[in-house]
Amino acid sequence: MIPASFEYYRPKDLDGVLALLRDHGDDARVMAGGHSLIPMMKLRMAEVPHLIDLQDVAGLRGIEVGAEGIRLGAMVTQSEIIAHDGLAQAAPILREAALQIADPQVRNMGTVGGNVANGDPGNDMPGLMQCLDAAFTLVGPDSERQVAARDFYEAAYMTAREDDEVLTAVTIPLPKGGHAYEKQKRKIGDYATAAAAVQILKEGGSCASASIAMTNLSDTPIFCEEAGAALVGSTLDTAALDAAVAAMQAAIDPSEDNRGPVDFKRHVAGVILRRAIERAWSRA
Amino acid sequence: MGKKMHIQMTVNGKAEEFLAEPRELLIYTLRERLNITGPHIGCETSHCGACTVTLNGKSVKACTVFVAQADGSEITTIEGLGTPDALHPLQVAFKEHHGLQCGYCTPGMITRATKLLEENPNPTEEEIRFGMAGNICRCTGYQNIVKSIKAAAAEMNAAKEAAE
Repeated sequence: MIPASFEYYRPKDLDGVLALLRDHGDDARVMAGGHSLIPMMKLRMAEVPHLIDLQDVAGLRGIEVGAEGIRLGAMVTQSEIIAHDGLAQAAPILREAALQIADPQVRNMGTVGGNVANGDPGNDMPGLMQCLDAAFTLVGPDSERQVAARDFYEAAYMTAREDDEVLTAVTIPLPKGGHAYEKQKRKIGDYATAAAAVQILKEGGSCASASIAMTNLSDTPIFCEEAGAALVGSTLDTAALDAAVAAMQAAIDPSEDNRGPVDFKRHVAGVILRRAIERAWSRA
Repeated sequence: MGKKMHIQMTVNGKAEEFLAEPRELLIYTLRERLNITGPHIGCETSHCGACTVTLNGKSVKACTVFVAQADGSEITTIEGLGTPDALHPLQVAFKEHHGLQCGYCTPGMITRATKLLEENPNPTEEEIRFGMAGNICRCTGYQNIVKSIKAAAAEMNAAKEAAE
């Protein structure tokens, strides 16, 4: 499997990246770890005449855990997320989710920036970042802007990022309460049949807030505000759980593929969300 | 044909320099350009792990890395781990504990296992299975691979203690 020819660039700074994007328009693509893009190029499903490798670009690495929140540089790998103890303490759902992505070799190359920017509905980080209400930093030729993860995804591989912008960082407010990332997959390394990211805050024995997002059950990740709202004020009794699952079912729109027919995916989504809510609650 | 670029890399301690198209995949560079045929091509879709090498200290699948990305890198393959006269402890353990049958996955398995044992010198069975999850074997059922890695870990830890 040999991809089509391309011009290769390895700029040292973001200005160099932006200049290349300006010169080549949508003939150019940036690449982080390449583990989404290279397979697509090998299958010739993606044509990239100008490939911009971000590995040497200054300022795109590093994990910062502050009192206000967390900043992940776009080039932080899944392995680095797993290895970072401060991060696991501040936002344990990140490590829990990253450990369920692909396998050790792929996690050494795969980055958080690539995972969220690519817009593949199968990727785990987009739903996770919606659950955590993260924001993405997009740097363009004349401006820098923040876009909420919950507003970023438009359709499969279609996002709010413009062709001349680069996603440089992910910022996450410090999560509160209990967490769970639950993922059903056919084998290690597979995308989710269904996955749920849940963060729940418990106060005085009842649910004070709940954030729920689902993965690979629509052509975008699904942040399900109604499902979270169904839990608020309850003690997570069966009625509240049923209401949350029903709200989630109304929000998702799975399609049939080699992971199963629609009814099966809906069934798995319900099981996975129930498990995730129960586990997050037990940790809240 | 695309434009060729000048590539430098160190493979198993030896400096290499050549011209290559950036789209060349690292596994082909190793096998066909440098005649380092330990790393194998299995699925060629970053699932099976037969092409696993160590790139700048990390296990990666060489079928999913462009040679251009590896410009300036240091690479270790199975050929860099031991010699027929002085096998790496993992190679000894795979031999002793029947950790291979057809052998196709073995170079990738062992190259990955060296990094697993660096990251975690005393892994449990579960940690071995999780840490080796990127390498597929269709013969052994994995049981003897786990045994081999456990045995190698014990051997390497004992040797380290004896040296101290």
